[in-house]
Amino acid sequence: MRPNNQGEIRYLTPLSVDTRKKKYCRFKRSGIKYIDYKDPEFLKKFLNEQGKILPRRITGTSLKFQRRVAKAVKRARHLALLPYVTDLMK
Amino acid sequence: MNKYETVFILTPVLSDDQMKETVEKFKKVLTDNGCTIENEENWGLRKLAYPIENKNTGFYNLIEFEGEATIVDKLETAYRRDEKVIRFLTFRLDKYAAEYAVKRRAVRKAKQEERAAAEAAEKEAPVVAEAPAEAPENEEA
Repeated sequence: MRPNNQGEIRYLTPLSVDTRKKKYCRFKRSGIKYIDYKDPEFLKKFLNEQGKILPRRITGTSLKFQRRVAKAVKRARHLALLPYVTDLMK
Repeated sequence: MNKYETVFILTPVLSDDQMKETVEKFKKVLTDNGCTIENEENWGLRKLAYPIENKNTGFYNLIEFEGEATIVDKLETAYRRDEKVIRFLTFRLDKYAAEYAVKRRAVRKAKQEERAAAEAAEKEAPVVAEAPAEAPENEEA
């Protein structure tokens, strides 16, 4: 009879054990204290294709620096260094 | 007294002289109100990330100054009255920003000097051409 086997899933290749790298805040690690809005190339690391600010969940930035990133991005947008909306930014 | 940074974008239709004149005008507004100008940068004609007033380029100018808080209002009124200014941003530098600004200024200055040195070296091209020729000889010796 099958019922005993139902809960068991078998894989052909061994499952890779969860070895995700721990996220970290790059500003804390490299000791950056001020995020400059004048450098759009750097700020693009924190934006997605449409120019939206990426969440902390993805970039790993700490709350303190996420606020500063957001502020820098918004200043850059105001000065037309970064677009408010776009497609295929990178 | 606080430190401030202001960036403004001028319309691209101006000639170079007109642009400089306008920048001087705003600097005068600052100095007349008892501010000390710490740094000024001209980023030249840059492409805008999106059109402002149907224009795709603009002259960017940055001024760092130190002064009383009341000056900001006066400066921004001057910006608003001037049709040549299409966008501006003024904000107070906190201690980290001030630190960064000093560092950035030093880096820019070093780069400028490097560029000037490179240009000077280019003018004396024959000397540069001779220098690498000498180097291998030294290695052999």
